[in-house]
Amino acid sequence: MNVLKIKELSVRYGSVEALSEVDLEVQPAMVYGIIGPDGAGKTTLMRSICTLLPYQEGSIEVLGYDAASQAKEIRARIGYMPQRFSLYQDLSVQQNLRFFARLFKVNHAEMLKRREQLYKFSRLEPFAKRLTGNLSGGMKQKLALSCALIHTPELIILDEPTFGVDPVSRVEFWQILHQLKADGISIVVSTPYMDEASQCDKIVLLHKGRVIGQGSPAEIISGWKGKLYSLTSRDLQKLYAFLQTKAGKDNLQLFGSEIHLFSEQELSSDKIADWQSEFPELESCVEIKPGMEDVFLRMMQ
Amino acid sequence: MIHTSHLVKQFGSFKAVDEINLEIGRGEIFGFLGANGAGKTTTIRMLCGLLKPSSGEIRIDNLDIIKHSEQIKHKLGYMSQKFSLYPDLKAIENLQFYAGIYRVSFEPALKRLEPILEQFGLSSILKTLTQDLPMGYKQRLSLVAALMHDPPLVFLDEPTSGVDPQARREFWQVINDLAQSGKTIIVSTHFMDEAEYCHRVIIMQDGREVALGNPAELKQEYGSANMQELFLKVLGVSDAKL
Repeated sequence: MNVLKIKELSVRYGSVEALSEVDLEVQPAMVYGIIGPDGAGKTTLMRSICTLLPYQEGSIEVLGYDAASQAKEIRARIGYMPQRFSLYQDLSVQQNLRFFARLFKVNHAEMLKRREQLYKFSRLEPFAKRLTGNLSGGMKQKLALSCALIHTPELIILDEPTFGVDPVSRVEFWQILHQLKADGISIVVSTPYMDEASQCDKIVLLHKGRVIGQGSPAEIISGWKGKLYSLTSRDLQKLYAFLQTKAGKDNLQLFGSEIHLFSEQELSSDKIADWQSEFPELESCVEIKPGMEDVFLRMMQ
Repeated sequence: MIHTSHLVKQFGSFKAVDEINLEIGRGEIFGFLGANGAGKTTTIRMLCGLLKPSSGEIRIDNLDIIKHSEQIKHKLGYMSQKFSLYPDLKAIENLQFYAGIYRVSFEPALKRLEPILEQFGLSSILKTLTQDLPMGYKQRLSLVAALMHDPPLVFLDEPTSGVDPQARREFWQVINDLAQSGKTIIVSTHFMDEAEYCHRVIIMQDGREVALGNPAELKQEYGSANMQELFLKVLGVSDAKL
């Protein structure tokens, strides 16, 4: 059985079509990524799955229940972590956990058992009595995840859970997700980080409310047509301006201390030598394999 | 443009910022990196004059931040982590509001900022209610609001959190242009590829400086291929991989 099955889903806000004809399926114990630029419809899709938004066309089946007519059954079985932090800042860590346990009618004995497990991976136990408002960003996100897990849901929906989280805590957060997956929990997660997208089993790329790609990260990357080069220079801005005149702005992307250049054809060594003589500060130009972020940027064009 | 010596901020028994010494020049893009709670935002808030240091000195453009706070206010723009735009105002009304706060005439300011509005794709949405704008637009609008009074020094506290890769690149294009026009940019970020775009960065941990320098030189010093690797290495999380 699929954990989630969406067929030809369309969601409209007035005259604005936020999602159109979205199809997707999520299998059990899978990390499924929803990737797309701002305004692509990621949050709308997640809210629809959580039965928080009415939809106009298509169908959503969550854990075998119909989202339009069986919202209650679905809500009892899923966990949702919205994009903006939604815990009570003036409650302590353990009070927030207890609050969510009660909300989902988890009895006290069960709550204590579950809390122990959640403390184990979140390592929040030493902070049990700390006010939530005084936690660091990474700890807040771990607590929000724990609250979404208190009723032992089969599926969790996480809307940009690593928003504003530092690189170290991000690594830790994803280790927790992999652990949950190993325990059999299915995870639907959205993220603006392409390194996180690469860690999903399957992803869907949304753009302007439509699905423009779907598959494992490796499958999506293998759909890349053309060549990709990495160029470096001491003065990256100058190199960018130079390459703009040679290859066009649409084929260039800044990647930290490199510029990635897309080309339909292989660049001849003559051409690279020409560039080097015209722009002596060009330090290197080597062909590279595209990563998730290259593919994302290309698909958005 | 910015000079600090022995900067300390203490909250009760907790030292949030511990002996930070900085020298930041005109036209420089200076990045603050560190884990949540490392003291980045506290330092930035002190540099903006929003928070009083427990001890140490801050000079902005050679003026003491405590003695000359009124004068300094007009020299700096601040874009906070939490956008401080009014959701129930139109985009253009928010800009008018900021022009009012800084007592600059609105029309000339808007005219001066036209190229940036154009580059950001904001010209066509100026009459939209701010709450109806997607995240990326709000963030760009916040930057423009912080520039209404043409400050030579601009603080950006995690300006690109939650912003997609394409929008982040457009944002950085504008930051580069601003620096090239002579503005000093102080930015904090969790995106390590963005750290590469800074002229210099400071990595903080527990309120202290653990590394400071040009990204290329730091990578060489620590033998790291990129800033992400360097960051994890400096903070002692060498085996973690994302």
